[in-house]
Amino acid sequence: MRGVTPEYELITPKNLKEALSTLDSEPDKWSVFAGGTDLMVFFESGDLPAGHWLNIWPFEELRGIEVSEDSVTLGGLTTYQELQDHPVVQKEFPSLCHAARLTGAMAIQNRGTLGGNIMNASPAADSPPALLAYDAEIELIAKESSRWVKYCDFHLDYKKTLASPNEILSKIKLPRTKEALLHYYRKVGTRNAQAISKVVFSGCAQKKGEELKNVRIALGSVGPKVIRCLETEKLIEGGQLSQELIENAQKKLCSEITPIDDIRSTCDYRLKVAQNLLGEWLNSCGTG
Amino acid sequence: MSRADKITVSFLLNGEKKSFDGYPMSRLLDILREKAELTGTKEGCGEGECGACSIFFNGKLVNSCLVPLAQLEGAKIQTIENIATNENFKKIQSSFIENGGAQCGICTPGMIMAAVSLLKKTPDPNDQQIREGLSGNLCRCTGYTKIFESVVKACQQLGVSS
Amino acid sequence: MGHKWVGSSVARKDGLDKVTGQAKYVDDIEFPEMIHGITIRTSIARGVLKNIYFDEKFNWDGFTIVTAKDIPGKNIVQLIELDQPLLVEKNICHADEPVVLLAHPDKDLLQKARDKVRLEVESLEPIYTLQDSLAKKQIIWGKDNIQKSFLVQKGNVDSVFELAKKDSSIKIFEGEYFTGAQEQLYIENQGMVAIASKQDGVTVWGSMQCPYYIHKGLMPIFHLSEDKVRVVQMETGGGFGGKEEYPTILAAHAGLLALKSGKPVKMIYDRAEDMAATTKRHPSRTLHKTAVNADGKLLAMDIDFTLDGGAYATLSSVVLSRGTLHAAGPYECENVRIKSQAVATNIPPYGAFRGFGAPQCVFSAERHLDVIAKELNVTAEKIRRINFLQKGKKTATKQVIQDEVDMNELLTFTLEKTDYHKKLAEFKKHNQTSSVKKGIGFASFLHGAGFTGSGEKNLKSVVGVQATKEGVIEILAASTEIGQGTKTIFAQVAAQAMKVGIDQVHVVQPDTKKVPDSGPTVASRTVMVVGSLVESACLGLRAILLESGFLKDSDTNEKVTQACVQYIKKFGSLKHYSQYKQPPEIKWDDQTYEGDAYAAYTWAVYLAEVSIDPVDYQVTVDRFTAVQEVGKVVHPVLAAGQIEGGVAQGVGYALYEKVIWKDGKMANNRMTNYIMPTSVDIPEIKVYFHELPSKYGPQGAKGIGELPLDGTAPAIMNAVDNAIADIAKDKKPLNEIPFLPEDVMQVMEGELR
Repeated sequence: MRGVTPEYELITPKNLKEALSTLDSEPDKWSVFAGGTDLMVFFESGDLPAGHWLNIWPFEELRGIEVSEDSVTLGGLTTYQELQDHPVVQKEFPSLCHAARLTGAMAIQNRGTLGGNIMNASPAADSPPALLAYDAEIELIAKESSRWVKYCDFHLDYKKTLASPNEILSKIKLPRTKEALLHYYRKVGTRNAQAISKVVFSGCAQKKGEELKNVRIALGSVGPKVIRCLETEKLIEGGQLSQELIENAQKKLCSEITPIDDIRSTCDYRLKVAQNLLGEWLNSCGTG
Repeated sequence: MSRADKITVSFLLNGEKKSFDGYPMSRLLDILREKAELTGTKEGCGEGECGACSIFFNGKLVNSCLVPLAQLEGAKIQTIENIATNENFKKIQSSFIENGGAQCGICTPGMIMAAVSLLKKTPDPNDQQIREGLSGNLCRCTGYTKIFESVVKACQQLGVSS
Repeated sequence: MGHKWVGSSVARKDGLDKVTGQAKYVDDIEFPEMIHGITIRTSIARGVLKNIYFDEKFNWDGFTIVTAKDIPGKNIVQLIELDQPLLVEKNICHADEPVVLLAHPDKDLLQKARDKVRLEVESLEPIYTLQDSLAKKQIIWGKDNIQKSFLVQKGNVDSVFELAKKDSSIKIFEGEYFTGAQEQLYIENQGMVAIASKQDGVTVWGSMQCPYYIHKGLMPIFHLSEDKVRVVQMETGGGFGGKEEYPTILAAHAGLLALKSGKPVKMIYDRAEDMAATTKRHPSRTLHKTAVNADGKLLAMDIDFTLDGGAYATLSSVVLSRGTLHAAGPYECENVRIKSQAVATNIPPYGAFRGFGAPQCVFSAERHLDVIAKELNVTAEKIRRINFLQKGKKTATKQVIQDEVDMNELLTFTLEKTDYHKKLAEFKKHNQTSSVKKGIGFASFLHGAGFTGSGEKNLKSVVGVQATKEGVIEILAASTEIGQGTKTIFAQVAAQAMKVGIDQVHVVQPDTKKVPDSGPTVASRTVMVVGSLVESACLGLRAILLESGFLKDSDTNEKVTQACVQYIKKFGSLKHYSQYKQPPEIKWDDQTYEGDAYAAYTWAVYLAEVSIDPVDYQVTVDRFTAVQEVGKVVHPVLAAGQIEGGVAQGVGYALYEKVIWKDGKMANNRMTNYIMPTSVDIPEIKVYFHELPSKYGPQGAKGIGELPLDGTAPAIMNAVDNAIADIAKDKKPLNEIPFLPEDVMQVMEGELR
């Protein structure tokens, strides 16, 4: 491995309060280290900028899944396995469970955290499209502040987010609904497990008669950040599901995503497959 | 260039309390292999893809190449060397020997840890569950077929098979 | 009588150590004062090394630095062409070519030192493809880039093509087929530990397939005689050919650092370096021009087979040879011409990988046959049945087939076991209404066991057997256990020959100080060739005991042990060697490339069922059936394991594993980006063995290690063709692997923009 071990400081603050205090006093010096499943990989390939890391793994305040009448709130350190094991998450947010199940494999799922995944801000991340489809909100806390932001506003550009250097992601809130939802999640990877996605698609909508309402369409690996395709959603919103609508939606989708050729796949493939995924979902909504 | 100070971390290793000095970013894999001299856990990729470094961290299957020393304080770590001493888990190991589950053996310790982890959670897994439970462990020799058979036969041996 | 160990699935000899984590691989051992070594490599693919600069601001205290100047003997990697230097002196022929070796006790400091060494180079224009090499865009090897070439001729293909101009009943079909590079991806990275001194010589411990290749290679580099070089094989975590020739380089590097530092040196590659710098399977291009009659009977086969050899010849000539000899498949044809060449490119040298030239050729031959069948409107089954070789018929090298094999029967068996005809019809119907396309396809092929022609004769392999004071039977052979089961198989063969229990036999860990040169662990020769020598050595030892009077012919088990103990008490030691003798009936001409290419062949039919997802274009192999005739199955579980593992590698070869080169460097040299199948990507694999005992192997066994790499990819691609050919927008026949979803999409959707 290429990482030069002595060059990395990784300290465990006494508690969350001290962590936030340290972050606040030297925000450009310190970064946050959660489950390590992204950071350690960068470290070992020699690609982690040498630095100073705060270990937040021991802080129980950042764990736990709370269920209230109108939302499910997951702690930032919730692992992929923990969220898959939770009955309410399984039942009401199956896309998120599906995403977690396809992230790496067992060993990664026992250590990788939802908060870490969000803050790492990879455009190819598996869970974020599901979070977008479910209108997630996230809580960012700092020494003297805490705020909730809509997850759909969180990612600004490639690996650039709304979070300030002195903030830690503490909670992810998923609004619950009594309405029946049509959930869709599909990850197209390089293989069926331990794969980085080539295209990720998550959709969510309510069906009212022949129409889809509150349509959410979210994708990953098709641009510099995970996105909601707002124009495509608008096109479908309230419209009658028909072959023509589906084809128009697919065309619109193409204009909203900006995939590239890279080491894993091609722009052409991503464009076509993204359209296929949308088609697969909308067709199933029609018959479902 | 920052220079970290060495730290001393104590954790339970295969049932015994141990302390290790090292840099905070030192990989658990290296602590096990070099400091604890437990070379049963292997390095295959250094990127959390192959699973050859799998161990139990507080009872959960994780890749030891991705765990830094600084996060081990008070943890409970078990490696393949410890699994060998458990009567039930021994049946899994014998099954691998008899049924062709091990060929070159380099993936085997990690694969057995994954199999044990799978059976702890799902005592009588079906084919799909076995495949998924082991999907984080790459094997280049067996084509996985005899590994699946070894797990199935182990379940029969353990009396959990339906 | 003695127990029949051969044919039963005894517990693996090395199983317990492997499942408990006790087995010792090279990275598991340590020596007092041991230091670590790394390699500094070129970043350009072609050029001249002008100078090496060591950053003056870096503290080099405690570092051992080795360059070509430090080589006591010849700066040459001993193989066939002697064209490859151990360390770059002046000419740079590929990226990641080794230039400087560094050693230090502190692994972290070593990593830090990596970018403190600067290579001053002058670039030259490189070539990266076999097409550019054939076109001689640059001359980078020898006079014409051609590392080796062969010509096999039987009958007169040109006369048939001439005839075809006037006779319209003769149809000619041309095709062009490509296979890509493939990384062996053994899960244990390459590694060596070396101790060296001028007085005592060099000893290396490491991950390897061929201890004597390393032994032979180290002698000229260190200018040492045989007895001053010792090579010990550690438990080896997979090889597949990747640890056939490459380890000699790593052993020499570690040895040089050990010599200069005076300390034991350990060099273990990390995954990125192993993938980038070591050998891979040769990419290939095969051109077929084939004349057939209306029924598909082969009248003439004109085959032009090219391998991309990479920057140095390494084993290209032998890979080319095997490919050439397998290019015409298990078919009879009066007129065959196979023209083959291995050409150089500025890519890290390609080398041995299970199959060794045959996977490339068999893919082309089997795809081409299916393409011809389709064009002629003849079934894939029929075109093979009317062309199969059988006993008494001649191959392309005019070898008369001696096996009683009946390929028609093997094919019938396979098609029946898999419900082929029923599924063919079912899938056709299914595809009419479903967007998920299903297909079924097969490949028929053969694989020669052992070294080609006079290869085994030249190797003159030796195996020894000895008894210890306690009466334990020890097998002394250089064949390495690399997962395939050598230790167990040899023990079975020996136990049966000696008429003792399997626990009374111990296969000694290969160490050139202790075992004779039994030849390399390659070419599907270990059971057939070396196993035969194990058998004859043991029979010889038993004969000695019988003659001494300590043993009666009917004695078994404990009585044999006692006889050994008594014999040794009286005579001091009990040992016997057996050496390979080429059967007199095997005749091969290296000049004309004619005759008995291999002493024995295994014969096979592999069949795949696939489905193709219309949304993501992923090809999934739903079911795979592998049927082969192997002489004798020595250990049913191990044998099936070899086939299943090989099929999995073949699935990767066909559908997942693509080496991406960028400016001559491997761009996807991480496991994240080089995709091998996981447990959820591999189909159900059904394995069937047929047995027609061969007189050349122990109890009739022939070699099977490489066989599965030959037939898997073409079976899959024939199935894919069956699934989508009718709806494909791109009408060009499927002719290239790896065939990724992006390629499937291209075929199914045509050009999108």
